[in-house]
Amino acid sequence: MSIKIAKAADPVESLRAALPDALLDTKTFRDELTLIVKPESIISVLRHLRDTPGLLYNFLSDISPVDYYNPQGGYDGRPERFALSYHLYSMLYNRRIRVKVFLPEDDPRLPSATSVWPAANWLEREAYDMMGIVFDGHPDLRRVLMPQDWNGHPHRRDYPLGYEQPMFSFNVEEIAKHKPFAKE
Amino acid sequence: MSFIVPEKDRSLTPGSGDGLESWVGSVEELRGLVSDRALTGETLLLNMGPHHPSTHGVLRLLLELDGEEVVTCLPDIGFLHTGIEKNIESKTYEKAVTLTDRMDYLSPMSNNMVFCSAVEKLVGLDVPPRAQVIRVICLELSRIASHLVWLGTHALDMGAMSVFLYCFREREKILDMFEMLSGQRMMGSYFRPGGVWRDLPADFLPTLEAFLDDFPRRVDDYEKLLTNNPLWIDRTQGIGIVEPEEALALGMTGPTLRGSGVNWDIRKAMPYSGYDQYDFDVPLGEHGDVYDRFYVRILELRESMRIIRQAMKAIPGGPFRSENRKFVPPPRAELGRSMEAVIHHFKLWTEGFSVPDEEVYVAIESPRGEIGCYLHGTGGNKPRRVRFKTPSFMHISALGKLCQGHMIADVVAIIGSVDIVLGDSDR
Repeated sequence: MSIKIAKAADPVESLRAALPDALLDTKTFRDELTLIVKPESIISVLRHLRDTPGLLYNFLSDISPVDYYNPQGGYDGRPERFALSYHLYSMLYNRRIRVKVFLPEDDPRLPSATSVWPAANWLEREAYDMMGIVFDGHPDLRRVLMPQDWNGHPHRRDYPLGYEQPMFSFNVEEIAKHKPFAKE
Repeated sequence: MSFIVPEKDRSLTPGSGDGLESWVGSVEELRGLVSDRALTGETLLLNMGPHHPSTHGVLRLLLELDGEEVVTCLPDIGFLHTGIEKNIESKTYEKAVTLTDRMDYLSPMSNNMVFCSAVEKLVGLDVPPRAQVIRVICLELSRIASHLVWLGTHALDMGAMSVFLYCFREREKILDMFEMLSGQRMMGSYFRPGGVWRDLPADFLPTLEAFLDDFPRRVDDYEKLLTNNPLWIDRTQGIGIVEPEEALALGMTGPTLRGSGVNWDIRKAMPYSGYDQYDFDVPLGEHGDVYDRFYVRILELRESMRIIRQAMKAIPGGPFRSENRKFVPPPRAELGRSMEAVIHHFKLWTEGFSVPDEEVYVAIESPRGEIGCYLHGTGGNKPRRVRFKTPSFMHISALGKLCQGHMIADVVAIIGSVDIVLGDSDR
């Protein structure tokens, strides 16, 4: 029995042909290919990359959020404040790809990828917990690392390093009196 | 999630009625997460951990039980969250290496490796061949050390006490070797961007040789105690089965994935640090149950020894750290002779080196699976974002699926078989 394996295809061309509106830009740095796509079409892009013969990016390695906040203003040359990178891996063709979306500061929100990969569940919970990005249609969008009643999202660049929220409030003044807080 | 006492039992809670209800949450919070039978009290909600000895650290599981059978398992993590990723944003790249040690504390070298590789890739820094071979030796030694702790604790969870003692005896020898290299048993921070901190000490290779001569016999001993032991087989075979497709969809990696028969090892697929020069096999399981995951790791112990033996013979001469003085500080001796060296020394130890405002993702095969580092520079000397994708995090997220329909005692076996480290998952 011989199995016919489709030849590896170029993800950029394939995506341009199938979803012409979704792809905004591509970038290659140190041999890593990044596709910048529209947030609202992220699910169809991920499905296309996963299921098209010749691409078959069948493994979700990571969902990495990043914050381009700059205290001096602006987003360091990026169109929006937040970005989210899906790192996919194709086991058959042994290559990686990064799918990146930019999300606005006031309402970072995009559809959840849990329907494409169950593995996205906790990765998205972490992105929500740490960066405050909301995933529509996520089955269980609770915080995963921080306590449920925590204020703020610690990995945002404007979240101070060195201050601490009181978890037990009965003697909070007493503790604060003796605590050396970091000074900016 | 803060509760456990069902609504109707509140009157049984000590102190209820005098203003303390606020800390006894309502089981209503769990609607949708557990089955409806739990809301009426038909099934039992049981809290396991975070201080349960068989949760391998501080993992908390909320189990919904029908008799002794697990209906739902909700893992809850974050008890060991130390903000390592956030902290690294305030450190220069060389200083950050010491923090990465503390994530997966059973194999700190893998964390060092993935972070250093990400930095090297981002700035385009070379790693001399000698450093690459030293790194491979260290990575494989930490794989052995990590698997030994896993084997010992996994067997201990299921009542095989003596394996634990034997495993820790051998692990101690490996930690002694790490101490020889870096001065520390565990948190060595031995890998630095561009190579390793210092060259191999003179007595390292003979010690390693002696260890390798002794170790195969020890692995035989562990196998004698477990592999064909009927009690062990009864407890592990057919438990916690994951189909290959399901394992991939759930994001499993490493020996846990290979236990299900998926042949994916990053050392083979995308070789780093010269792994393509060594001849080794990737052990695969067949059934994807607890036993297969156990046996894959046992075989990996032997494969790691093979790699180390080949690497020992192949250690080339030359520098152990890159000579690129823009990123790697000059050796102390150079400072007396060269003005340039003094400048580089001063610049690197005061402000560190600058990294382009770009992003990379690097993944390596840690003892637990794919550990990835997403590193985004700012153009300055501190990163904008460091994110570690850790295998334990993904495996814990899959625990709920794995434990469904098994007995509580099997939950302990399943937790052991996916080999989690909570420092790794919580970071």
